[in-house]
Amino acid sequence: MTITSTVAPSPTTQDRRPRRGRQDRSSQQRREAIALVFPSLVPIVIFSVLPLLQGVWYAFTDATLRRNDTADFVGIDNFTRLAGDSFFWSSFRIGLIWAVSVTLLQLVASLGLALLLNSDLRFRSLTRLLALIPWAMPPVVVAIMWTMIYTPNGGPLNAALGAVGLPSSINWLGDFNTALPAVIVVGVWIGMPQTTVTLLAGLQQIPAELSEAAAVDGASAWQRFRNVTLPSLRPIVVSITSLNFIWNFNSFGLVYVMTEGGPGGKTMLPMLFTYLEAFKNRNIGYAAAMGVVLVIVVVLILAGFLRTQFRKESA
Amino acid sequence: MNRTSPPVKALQYLALAAYILFLGFPLLWLVSASIKSSQELAALDMSLLPKQFHWDNYAVALQKQGLTRSAVNSLVVSLLSMVFVVLLSMPAAYALARFKGRLRAVGVGWILVSQVFPVILIIIPLFIILRDVRLVDTLLGLVLVYTTFTMPFALWMLQGFVAAIPTDLEEAAAIDGASRFQTLRRIVFPLLMPGIVATAMFAFVAAWNEFFFALVLIQSPENYTLPVALKMFVGGEGKVALGPLAAGAVLATIPSLVVFSILQRRLTGGLLAGSVKG
Repeated sequence: MTITSTVAPSPTTQDRRPRRGRQDRSSQQRREAIALVFPSLVPIVIFSVLPLLQGVWYAFTDATLRRNDTADFVGIDNFTRLAGDSFFWSSFRIGLIWAVSVTLLQLVASLGLALLLNSDLRFRSLTRLLALIPWAMPPVVVAIMWTMIYTPNGGPLNAALGAVGLPSSINWLGDFNTALPAVIVVGVWIGMPQTTVTLLAGLQQIPAELSEAAAVDGASAWQRFRNVTLPSLRPIVVSITSLNFIWNFNSFGLVYVMTEGGPGGKTMLPMLFTYLEAFKNRNIGYAAAMGVVLVIVVVLILAGFLRTQFRKESA
Repeated sequence: MNRTSPPVKALQYLALAAYILFLGFPLLWLVSASIKSSQELAALDMSLLPKQFHWDNYAVALQKQGLTRSAVNSLVVSLLSMVFVVLLSMPAAYALARFKGRLRAVGVGWILVSQVFPVILIIIPLFIILRDVRLVDTLLGLVLVYTTFTMPFALWMLQGFVAAIPTDLEEAAAIDGASRFQTLRRIVFPLLMPGIVATAMFAFVAAWNEFFFALVLIQSPENYTLPVALKMFVGGEGKVALGPLAAGAVLATIPSLVVFSILQRRLTGGLLAGSVKG
């Protein structure tokens, strides 16, 4: 190894001080650790911890974006108003449909792809490469690309439908019925790489002997998948699904660029709704209350999901 | 070994073909739209190869003052965030990997929580804070925000690399009388280089692709980053100039794609380690 040559040659070890007490050493270590961590803590505290706390405080005030506006404490007024805000709750419902369906479809599609990539097929490296590209692309570009695919006139999707004699004039992103499913498909597309790669890495960690032994015992492919592969993969499935759910619920750019929440609010995810309330209507107190509600709900859903998963595991 | 029966094999290939179509077709279409003339784009035709290569779209996209300027802005912001993220997370990642105990527990906990951070709740006060110090609508403000929000994952990646360096080497150096700083500089740093490169690339791509913070914090067109400029282009003249829009979108993807292709192996490993032990 070349490392030895880079070690500072320092033969003067005689003047080393006698060993200090353990207490002394650990406190010195702690000081060292704090000095090392401190520089990274400064921006984190200023730009994320403080804003988070301040955001929660805003939720209880009537703050607006107007200059020289004083934020007055209004108690839970924002929350009582929010409870009766039907626009918010309809956006909330859309957000849940979006996050749940994207997450589930991502899981199913990625699991299928990961299983294919883990078997001995040709074109695996091509597929692997293709499955990674969406991960690298800026979400805005993905949104532009799919807007082109969905273009009613001259878009390839309608052209393909027309070629096989199906209705070919659907305004995918502009129609009340198709807009939400259309953006969900894009959500699945963009999230598949990370899920696939994670599941694939998990599959590769399962010893092949397990599956082979089951095959020798006469288990069918499906039985092997259900009883060997899936249980071993379970921890990874649970963690990637939880992360995907949060990421999808917090997703913004993709849908904002494709539809801006339209048509008629059919794709108005809660993130978009809150953004518009804060920065277009400039009611940041009210918007902060929405943010607080969204966070609480996500945490509750996730806690419920993880609880049932752990219970199943221990059962 | 168990052999898959021919019908099953055929089904598997069919499924693989469907995946390739779903994942690959949109990409090909974007590239193809970027080299088609506007007449050809308006026709209801799904051939991928244009009748004539129309490279003009790229020239038009590049000549757009807004797009080139925003590309420069994006480059500046991404490079600066990359440098800040690396400089700040190196010492912290070392501390996280080497000093066990409460510090590590708190640090790792924070990193995991930050993955589920409610940006929508943070962006509101963040906007006010930055406005008060006159950093709204500046590239520097954006750099500070990106540094802060990229750091948790960068730290997580980097501390994994530190943990992989055997402590024996450092102990040996300490016995030879090297100070902590010397050990870090001469031994840990060179060995950590691959990890630093990976972290830097991750930070670059994260900043290059980011849209939400830029949309909220940047207001004047001359400070737009590329994603924001592209979004404005979509809503404006991009409605008619589909070719140049596609060309701009392709150009915006290239840097991330290049960096990512080098990076992907390390990134996936790190994510898995996090998800299994988390």
